[in-house]
Amino acid sequence: MIGYLIRRLVGAAGVIFGVATITFIMVFLMPGDAARMYAGPRAPEETVERIRELWGLNDPLPVQYVRYLGRAVQGDLGNSTRDSRPVLQAIFERLPATLQLAFSGLLVELLIGVPLGILAALRPGSWADGLTTFLSLIGISIPPFALGLVALYLFGFLIPIFPLGGYGTVLHLILPALVLGFGGSAFYSRVLRNSILDVMGDDYIRTAKAKGVSPRWVLLRHILRNALLPVVTLAGLDLALLLGGVVVIEAVFGWPGIGLQAWTAIRNQDTPIIMGTVLFASIAVVFMNMLVDLLYITLDPRVRLTKG
Amino acid sequence: MVELQKKQNRGFWTRLWRLPRAWVGGALILLVGIGALLAPVLAPDDPLQQFRDGLSDVGTPLPPNGRFLLGTDHLGRDIWSRTLYGAQISLFVSLVANITASVFGTLVGMLAGYYSGIIDTILMRVTDVLLAFPAILLALGLAAVLRPSVSVVVVILTVITWPALARLVRSQVLIVRERAFIESARASGAQDGYIMFWHILPHTITVTIVWVTLSFASTVLVESSLSFLGVGVPLPTSTWGNMIAEGQSRYRIAPWMIFVPTVAIIITTLGFNLLGDAVRDAIDPRTSLQK
Repeated sequence: MIGYLIRRLVGAAGVIFGVATITFIMVFLMPGDAARMYAGPRAPEETVERIRELWGLNDPLPVQYVRYLGRAVQGDLGNSTRDSRPVLQAIFERLPATLQLAFSGLLVELLIGVPLGILAALRPGSWADGLTTFLSLIGISIPPFALGLVALYLFGFLIPIFPLGGYGTVLHLILPALVLGFGGSAFYSRVLRNSILDVMGDDYIRTAKAKGVSPRWVLLRHILRNALLPVVTLAGLDLALLLGGVVVIEAVFGWPGIGLQAWTAIRNQDTPIIMGTVLFASIAVVFMNMLVDLLYITLDPRVRLTKG
Repeated sequence: MVELQKKQNRGFWTRLWRLPRAWVGGALILLVGIGALLAPVLAPDDPLQQFRDGLSDVGTPLPPNGRFLLGTDHLGRDIWSRTLYGAQISLFVSLVANITASVFGTLVGMLAGYYSGIIDTILMRVTDVLLAFPAILLALGLAAVLRPSVSVVVVILTVITWPALARLVRSQVLIVRERAFIESARASGAQDGYIMFWHILPHTITVTIVWVTLSFASTVLVESSLSFLGVGVPLPTSTWGNMIAEGQSRYRIAPWMIFVPTVAIIITTLGFNLLGDAVRDAIDPRTSLQK
């Protein structure tokens, strides 16, 4: 177990190193002169030059690269070129809103997906089964930002139940969470359905049934406990995806999370914020992947580590 | 061997033929494809032309009417014409991106799977890194770095598309590589390149085909998301995504500005998802049994 953990950590560190390298290359490719942007268009050339010197933009590329990595390791992702706040601070200020939205979206996915998946598995070919197939198709075919706008029009404007975007109350949260979770929910039901059908054919289920255990108890104790495993894995991976994928939803609903922040940063040509967010979200993905794997091993003793 | 292959292929088309999903999906794609190809003929107006009679007396967009079939936008432009021309961009960008991604992904997957060892490790670590980036965020970053244009959007879509395919092809190659006919080809003196192209590629190409049909839909979605966020194909070219973006602040007075392009996107993605699903089932009948 410890050996596996170390191997995973080394692997994750490698991936994060790669991610950081790519973001560095992207920062370097950025058009426009960051120092000039910061100083303003009318600033004298010597001021701009001094900023360049201060930020180390005149150093050779490898030196800048090593410095970038060194600072990133210490949690220093640079400063916003707009208001010179530390990028990490800016991300952490907005992170709670994004987490709130991402978790709510995940909750919606599970609340719709799990019951629908169970229904579909218990009666293959029934309306519930048909509905999950249909929903999963629609879910992956609708662009979330368009769904968000249509939802705003219908339930914010035509039937004014919800506010037209913004942040604060539970009412503000409901629409974006529903839109965010809708697409993925059918995916969960499909996975859970197939997983239940797999488990149902196993010997121990037959044994339990033969012992006279009530069908409901068999479902709860024996089937679901095992069939939910892939759902747990998915949820973990999904949360990481939701973290990065909420950009469009945040843009539609004016939700003040890290996605909206990164998006507005593009208009301000605030590269450190954009790249910091990209780096931050990717690291979150890597760690979630690792956590999910570890969780899986703990939950399912059948998974052997020998294969590596 | 060739006979058997042919028989299997015939089986594929017959199976595909019998799936209603394939028909519906194919019809939807055909619809969009015709719309895109014949846009200059079908579109009543120039998509960029701002009509004086395209706005109401108070300067608001017109709802669908006899003159403008699907209404006009805030600049008095014809939405139906813009939607048709938008199809050109969406399909073209997605097509090019998927072709490049499938060539690149297949190539990388084959090299990694066939040679294993250090080449495999390096290539797979690269895909690991690329897969760790959340797609839209990576696209946002790339779009910020490179000045948005059609070719930049193609590059972005290719970059976020190929790694997953490369992994899939690699896993397929790992299986095929161990088969006896590969060994016999090698024993009879075939070179690596020859083996890969003539003996392994035919076995992995189906994976690529299925994958590309399904990925087409998500490429269209990402492309429209980028346009919506203002980092896709730049204005004034009309894309479905930027049409929706322009409608975002006006949907209360002109909901058709967001409805029309939304429906266009859904028709396209639904078409490719349906067809892709059908192709997958037709190629491998075993998967359809599990469903």
